[in-house]
Amino acid sequence: MTIKFIRDHGQHYRPRMACLAKVEAMVLEMQDSKSGVKSSEQKLNITSIPHVVTGQDILAWIANHMKVDAQEAQTIGTMLVAYGFIYPLQDHKKLILKPDVSLYRFQTPYFWPVQKWKADNTDYAIYLAKRNIRKKGTLDVYEQEYYKNLHKWLNHKWDFIVMQAKEQYRAGKERNKADRVVFDCQERAYWIVHRPPPRTHSAMDYGVDRLIDPNAEENKTFDYYRRIIIFTQQAIMRSKVKSTVSLGAILKHMTTYKDHDPFLAPCLPSNPWQTDDSSYWDLNMRNVEIPTKMRVERWSFSFFELLNDPRGRTDFKVFLKKEFSGENLAFWEAAEEMKWGTASSISEKAQTIFKTFLAPGAPRWINIDGRTMGLTVKGLEHPHRYVLDAAQTHIFMLMKKDTFYRYLKSPVYKDIQKKALSPAPHNFTPSQLEQNAQNRKPGINPIIIWQQEEEERAKAAAAAGPIDIKKLMASKLDRK
Amino acid sequence: MYPSIHPSIHLSTLTSISSSPVIIYVHLAVQQLQTLCFLANFPLAKMAAQEVQPSETIAKLKSESEALKTKLEEERAKLHDVELHQVAEKVDPLGQFVMKTRRTLKGHGNKVLCMDWCKDKRRIVSSSQDGKVIVWDAFTTNKEHAVTMPCTWVMACAYAPSGCAVACGGLDNKCSVYPLSLDKNENLAAKKKSVAMHTNYLSACSFTNSDMQILTSSGDGTCALWDVESGQLLQSFHGHAADVLCLDLAPSETGNTFVSGGCDKKANVWDMRSGQCIQSFETHESDINSVRYYPSGDAFASGSDDATCRLYDLRADREVAIYSKESIIFGASSVDFSLSGRLLFGGYNDYTINVWDVLKGTRVSILFGHENRVSTLRVSPDGTAFCSGSWDHTLRVRE
Repeated sequence: MTIKFIRDHGQHYRPRMACLAKVEAMVLEMQDSKSGVKSSEQKLNITSIPHVVTGQDILAWIANHMKVDAQEAQTIGTMLVAYGFIYPLQDHKKLILKPDVSLYRFQTPYFWPVQKWKADNTDYAIYLAKRNIRKKGTLDVYEQEYYKNLHKWLNHKWDFIVMQAKEQYRAGKERNKADRVVFDCQERAYWIVHRPPPRTHSAMDYGVDRLIDPNAEENKTFDYYRRIIIFTQQAIMRSKVKSTVSLGAILKHMTTYKDHDPFLAPCLPSNPWQTDDSSYWDLNMRNVEIPTKMRVERWSFSFFELLNDPRGRTDFKVFLKKEFSGENLAFWEAAEEMKWGTASSISEKAQTIFKTFLAPGAPRWINIDGRTMGLTVKGLEHPHRYVLDAAQTHIFMLMKKDTFYRYLKSPVYKDIQKKALSPAPHNFTPSQLEQNAQNRKPGINPIIIWQQEEEERAKAAAAAGPIDIKKLMASKLDRK
Repeated sequence: MYPSIHPSIHLSTLTSISSSPVIIYVHLAVQQLQTLCFLANFPLAKMAAQEVQPSETIAKLKSESEALKTKLEEERAKLHDVELHQVAEKVDPLGQFVMKTRRTLKGHGNKVLCMDWCKDKRRIVSSSQDGKVIVWDAFTTNKEHAVTMPCTWVMACAYAPSGCAVACGGLDNKCSVYPLSLDKNENLAAKKKSVAMHTNYLSACSFTNSDMQILTSSGDGTCALWDVESGQLLQSFHGHAADVLCLDLAPSETGNTFVSGGCDKKANVWDMRSGQCIQSFETHESDINSVRYYPSGDAFASGSDDATCRLYDLRADREVAIYSKESIIFGASSVDFSLSGRLLFGGYNDYTINVWDVLKGTRVSILFGHENRVSTLRVSPDGTAFCSGSWDHTLRVRE
């Protein structure tokens, strides 16, 4: 006998189902005799079943009550069925609400889904055994699978399960036929929701259990209160801003970027997803020769935007070269690389940065105030990832508040603004659109682009490195 | 014997950027004066007063914490001089939106749990319950790579900024990085690198500004920052009282903070360098399934099981908007902003996607089409479209 190793991850708690309370209230209202959904008695396979409602009545009630349109009402109705509050009488395996005369009934509160208790495997075994006793061969394939597995897992309880099943079957026989049919329908609906057949979407299929009990109260010890006190004190001390200022900033961001948002303004020449034409992406490639006007305009919004866009950064470097102040940006880039790089390369990068930018008499010495320089140099004795943060912030602020604005007024920027492309919007005919859909271009693989950029970076690093005079003289002498 | 000293806590925080941790000096009035000094998140259990009546001091601490909380609320209220909808009055309302499904990506054999866009704006990585992670070119709908994870329920996946690798994890408690290759027939599982190790399931992962670091959140209640090359833990973040379900990195120029949301109804903002929780928001009524920063980094939105999405302002330190409707009863599983931040897309458990006007607080549009829960939703990096993944095994790209 093989023992299957069932991996217990320790997750035993069901996720919170906050919707259940609201849905229960709604379902109670629906069943109200005066203002609820109209129910009637219907005949189903010779038995007459009371309190049956039609799909379209339910939908009309929801649309009226929640003041929504038909499609949304359909959504809400389907969720009610998927959770098991309403169950279909015909086609019972599909848990959706059909907007026609299909028949539904409200589930009895005994069988409503609850967050606290799972539908137990033992109960399911009893249910399947009962059905087997009633009539052999009525179990579906998936139910037979379950039954076999349950027989294996609950083997120690099997006598109890069979006994219970027989008892329930006997008790069921004593009820009158109509009640029995109703109860069978209810029980069947319950198990379809909690053990859904394949290809049925049940809302009780919630995914993975949680590790920590969501309803457990945190142990309120000293520790807990002290942490809260410390945190609240820090929160009080932290500088906060007036709502007018912060909300104003949010509004400003939205208005600035309004024309750049493809959902709010059409992107030129056309949105690739709409027309299947990828020229928008080709024109906005990472290192295209001539950028588009929108892109250039975006660089002026903030220094962060300019640096984030590789084409913008290149243009900025051209400007800095003319100003002979390229070392600031180079230092910032090197510091970024160190911050986000691998842990093993930190000390090596720190050394290079010190030699190139910070040491007295370094080839690309950056101009930072004495205090920051002191702190940084001291920190570099034991370099860690964030050792250059102070210097980096200083340099960034310097560039942002001074160099950036000069760049925006410079001939370099004005030049690129003039050269920038303003593509005409595409106007495809339906047949052209169809052709585009057939010929979607695959685009360049990002791995290739990355490799190209790495090569360029290596070349730039080699070119920018300090020139070894001795080697240069040696090579000149050689030639002589 | 000793003069009675009121319990007082002095904080001396080094606010300048340095490597030393926060140091706290705590004086307690007990029968013996004890002065202790420790790190902010170090368990204080050892410090438990040995010769004092426990219930008395706990009650005092409780009342002190309550008083401080009220004071914080007062401070916040002082700065609260305008509501978001008042600011929104001057802005034009949005027109009607027609968003159609432009691509339907079929190929997963089971529920799609997570997806992420590549920086090239057209490639997508998605993961599903059956352990498969697929890299698609969403524009042509071709599948480029497929990896089978050794575990089921791959709840987290992320594309590297360079486009050369993907990270994924789930019930295996690990986050693994798979370098992608140009050769379609290569077995990617051979080069797999196991980076993060948690004690319970991985709920979300994200690369930072480079391929070399990964931020993960787990069901064990912690978030962690890892170095990809060595698999070393760089920083861990403790503070959630229950499973952490989601995280998002700030788009700010300093790039040093991130926000996480958990089953304890809290959304915490963390400082990546020190591991400290710098802000915490607890206004949701149920688990927070998804958090996403506003494009400028000054605010973030969260989607929760209580069927609401909320907008939190980080600079004013408060919640500024609730996006909810009486007819929306089922939880939001995933949220994301459009490029300008004017639209907030929310994927819900009732199989729909609601589009909200962030400023006015109204719902602009509702989108149907999925046949099961929408589990993940992301807007593309250039904002041209958004992709939603669902438990109906498909992904849809809509514009």
